[in-house]
Amino acid sequence: MKIKRSMGERIFGVFNYIILSLIMLLCFYPVWYVLVASFSDSGLLMQHSGLLFKSLGFNTDAYVKVFQNPMILRGYANTLFILVVGVVFDIIMTSLGAYFLSRKNVMFKKPIIILIMFTMFFSGGMIPFYLNLKDLHLTKTLWGLIIPFMISTYNMIILRTSFESLPDSLVEAAQIDGASHFKILGRIVLPLSKAIIAVMVLYYGVGIWNAWFWASAIIRDREQYPLQVILREILLQNDVGSMSAGVSVADQEAVGMTIKYATIVVATVPILCVYPFLQRYFTKGVMIGAVKE
Amino acid sequence: MKKQSFSQRAKKDFRRNRALYLLVLPVLAFYIIFHYKPMYGAIIAFKDYSPGTGIAASPWVGLANFTRFFSGPYFARLIRNTLLLSLYSLLFGFPAPIILALLLNEVRNKKFKSVTQTITYLPHFISMIVVTGMISNFCLSNGLFNDIIVLFGGERSPLLQNPNLYRTIYVASSIWQEVGWGSIIYLSALSGVDAQLYEAASIDGAGKWKQMLNVTLPGISPTIITMLILKMGSLMSLGYEKTILLYNASTYETADIISSYTYRVGLLDQDWSYSTAIGLFNSVINCVLLVISNRLSKKLSDTSLW
Repeated sequence: MKIKRSMGERIFGVFNYIILSLIMLLCFYPVWYVLVASFSDSGLLMQHSGLLFKSLGFNTDAYVKVFQNPMILRGYANTLFILVVGVVFDIIMTSLGAYFLSRKNVMFKKPIIILIMFTMFFSGGMIPFYLNLKDLHLTKTLWGLIIPFMISTYNMIILRTSFESLPDSLVEAAQIDGASHFKILGRIVLPLSKAIIAVMVLYYGVGIWNAWFWASAIIRDREQYPLQVILREILLQNDVGSMSAGVSVADQEAVGMTIKYATIVVATVPILCVYPFLQRYFTKGVMIGAVKE
Repeated sequence: MKKQSFSQRAKKDFRRNRALYLLVLPVLAFYIIFHYKPMYGAIIAFKDYSPGTGIAASPWVGLANFTRFFSGPYFARLIRNTLLLSLYSLLFGFPAPIILALLLNEVRNKKFKSVTQTITYLPHFISMIVVTGMISNFCLSNGLFNDIIVLFGGERSPLLQNPNLYRTIYVASSIWQEVGWGSIIYLSALSGVDAQLYEAASIDGAGKWKQMLNVTLPGISPTIITMLILKMGSLMSLGYEKTILLYNASTYETADIISSYTYRVGLLDQDWSYSTAIGLFNSVINCVLLVISNRLSKKLSDTSLW
């Protein structure tokens, strides 16, 4: 049955589209501004005041400078290393924990759950965590950014919820056939949970990609800096130094600006390009996280 | 059946589930080494710790580090800043995704809806460093925000140096980054509202507005209440990352919060015990708030963290 829409409803409908379009514009414009500013001629950009809808002139000098900066490539490489190794470790550890928590008839499951859950409510704090890393010789090494962050309790609970939804009979049948738990996890549970594992890979991956704080706290050697720490130097501590070499002092501020914007684009575009294709996995994670128990 | 003693049952359980316990061993080791050991390490809050002497050998000082914080010049300012920033974030940041979800829910054009979703989710995927980098460049005297202010007849000024603007910038940028992403949960709640209720309401002559008040909002109120209570639980646990990146000495007056102060006196000034004491004080408050809010949430809507 089609209900005829009243005048008021139609007016609301039009307004709704307008409001949502404005919200979209607000969300997207800053990103667009950065993009067109990065391709602009630095001198023209400096003189320009007001909104920017297309690049002022077309100049890729800033990008050339960004890609010539060895630190950016170094940062990319370091981040990629942490990302690949980290995600593998994260997924293994998280699924071990989630698998255990999803089993029934295990006598000491309850105290172990309490032990794990307690950490969501209370922590020793930043300094004891740092001193502990120092104690374990995990500072000054990229492993210090991987090993201490292998399990996110929140992710582990999401994964457990998903494991629990698999039929018990599957695991039981495999057990009767004499399969070990490692085998059951690797050959049956994980292959049946591909979608949720994809969600986990994305969550951990984005987390690692964006992380900067502990890297800035424990890594001393600049050669080991992940990308975000390099970005912090360039974007927030205004350290475009080597990249604006050969530019006259008067032009340095202008060139520095386009370099900053180009840096943002170089560091963000890979994520923004793949994200629309992966969007449904991300949202799926939010849903599972929301309906647990 | 005869009742077995605890040790008998434990023995039997270990025999049966040995492989399972073996499997969870690395996970337990992880939690003990990276969560419980730092908790033990937090006792330096009650000591005068120095790296040379170590945790165990450093002398006890009782509550001296805590009283130093409570009676220090920054205590009131830190509590005020933390609470105000949290409250403003809650006041403006909490309704925003709900409103967005309600608007999106009224869109009939599927294509338009999905494009809007993709674009509003986008900022969530931009890293904190890049977001704060964009903010700080836009806030410069010759930056985009000042260009816009001039367009409306205002004067240029370095916005991030102004303590009166700090909270607005912090809260607004957080909304910008998270409004779309935050709406997902409400959209899924909205899709669960029974369509027949809308039909019934419109046959009864209820217009769009009435339908929203009487059908939509009651339909998603459990989600709203749960989210609100969980947010209340983290009222004092504002993270330090965004603050550290956005503030500077001229905005400490409104920007400095407990966690950023902990960072400054701890990692930067290396006043280990003092910083740990402040962190511990904050952890305890967070823990109490979280437990209370979880209890409430469990009672009201059967949802909780555990």
